[in-house]
Amino acid sequence: MEKTEKTSRRIFRYFLILLCAVFLTVMLILPLVYIIATALREGFSAYLAAITDEYALDAVLLTLKAVLWALGVNTLFGLCAAWCITKFHFKGKKVISTLIDLPLTVSPVIAGLIFVLTFGRQSFLYDGLQRMNIKIIFAVPGVILATIFVTFPYISRELIPVLTAEGTDEEEAAALMGAGAFTIFRKVTFPHIKWALLYGVVLCTARAMGEFGAVSVLSGHLRGKTNTMPLYVELLYQGYDFTGAFAVSSLLVIMAVVVLVLRSVLEYKGKKSQERNHYG
Amino acid sequence: MMKRKSTKKTRVIPGFGLSFGITMTILGLIVIIPLCSLVVFSVQLSPAELIRTITRPRVLASYGVSFVTAFAAAAVNAGMGLILAWVLVRYRFPGKRIMDGLIELPFALPTAVAGIALTHLTTENGWVGSLFAKLGIRIAYTKTGIIIALIFIGIPFVVRSVQPVLEKMDPQYEEAAQILGFGPVRTYWKVIFPEIFPAWLSGFTLAFARCLGEYGSVVFIAGNTPFKTEIAPLVIMAQLQEYDYASATSIALVMLLASFLILLINAFIQSRASKKVSGIV
Repeated sequence: MEKTEKTSRRIFRYFLILLCAVFLTVMLILPLVYIIATALREGFSAYLAAITDEYALDAVLLTLKAVLWALGVNTLFGLCAAWCITKFHFKGKKVISTLIDLPLTVSPVIAGLIFVLTFGRQSFLYDGLQRMNIKIIFAVPGVILATIFVTFPYISRELIPVLTAEGTDEEEAAALMGAGAFTIFRKVTFPHIKWALLYGVVLCTARAMGEFGAVSVLSGHLRGKTNTMPLYVELLYQGYDFTGAFAVSSLLVIMAVVVLVLRSVLEYKGKKSQERNHYG
Repeated sequence: MMKRKSTKKTRVIPGFGLSFGITMTILGLIVIIPLCSLVVFSVQLSPAELIRTITRPRVLASYGVSFVTAFAAAAVNAGMGLILAWVLVRYRFPGKRIMDGLIELPFALPTAVAGIALTHLTTENGWVGSLFAKLGIRIAYTKTGIIIALIFIGIPFVVRSVQPVLEKMDPQYEEAAQILGFGPVRTYWKVIFPEIFPAWLSGFTLAFARCLGEYGSVVFIAGNTPFKTEIAPLVIMAQLQEYDYASATSIALVMLLASFLILLINAFIQSRASKKVSGIV
């Protein structure tokens, strides 16, 4: 009796593991394998030609530029927002955190739309921008703004829980001993959030590289000018250049895999350093 | 007055002004100003025009397609996500760490890349599509295709909501249930599931909200036939490309309202669940 229950449990367990393995293989691994296989189907030289194409390189450069901007702005914002939300008491904290998380719940297309409404022809800013000869919509600044918007909460969301868990005791002690804001941040707070910050940066990079909907609204789809890598993939795909589309995609696949590996390493290190702080 | 002074005195950590200033400036530029311009623009729309736009048959059909496919995909992910979280927390097997790391792939892989790969795989000559074509089932360019793409996008949400709760769960309750003579199935439904229900539901609603707004992966696989496989974000996109900002905004407002409602319902159930738990303990 006991034995049959044990075997039936074991069968159930193997069944569940197998189910998960099949599901993930079909849904996640198969597309990756397919991208690499299709990218290489016309041989390695065709692959190299596709990814070193002049327009492909321009797309890579623009993507890099947008990612760097998003990282810079969101890191500065994440650090400041996390510091003032977790270390001080003030009214309207809840409103601020809701506003920070808002970009996560808005559809990318709608994110693009609200920037078009802000800087487009019907906006009250339009005349001023026109006079100063600043182009935002259908130009590189629009692409950068869209990228910043969709990745906006990624870094602050990683930092806020860690800083909340740490409390304010150490910073208060340092302040009472006469340390200035930057010294406290550098010597007391930063060591705690090091791994969380890096983790946020990795997530932000991944999302910034891959944003499609919002960027697609704001980019003028100008080859070599406002096309990021995902937009360039779309362009090639719609022109039936499948080898090219999958070749450029394979670069993004490689980046995604690097991000996943970094993610698990950072998560492991972060957990370890938190444990050290609590028990050491 | 005295009280205010004393709270001010307790603020010993420096740097509030600077960090608050930078936070509000960036938040204002990136989120608040664009949001205000959306509000200003929406207020200027005439209500009659707005209602005419959102009740166009093609727009209504696109809402239908969006809701049905997003719900189906979120439901599949709710089931698979629960099983995945269970397997990843409770069982030990080779390759577990790889499986755990893979869950986040849909976050890391650009949606457009996922979209073209899934489309090519599921067309009638594709690796997977050709197998199903023999059975007479078409995947790419149908609603099934849209659901597949949305399942891909939504995989991490339920798993990552349920996993931490399962990890923290005290095994004592299960042991107690087993000692009291509960079988595994009953233990699961009566002891484990109520505990993870709030997290599971919030994973489901997050996946649902994300799927409603998804664009990049769906646009390739959907085929975008009006009334059949055209999703609402795509209709918004089409209006934008015709510079018809009034229609685009009207359609977007309904979508925003829908996702806001979904998140609100979730928040309501979460607060009730936490009251229920704290009421027992």
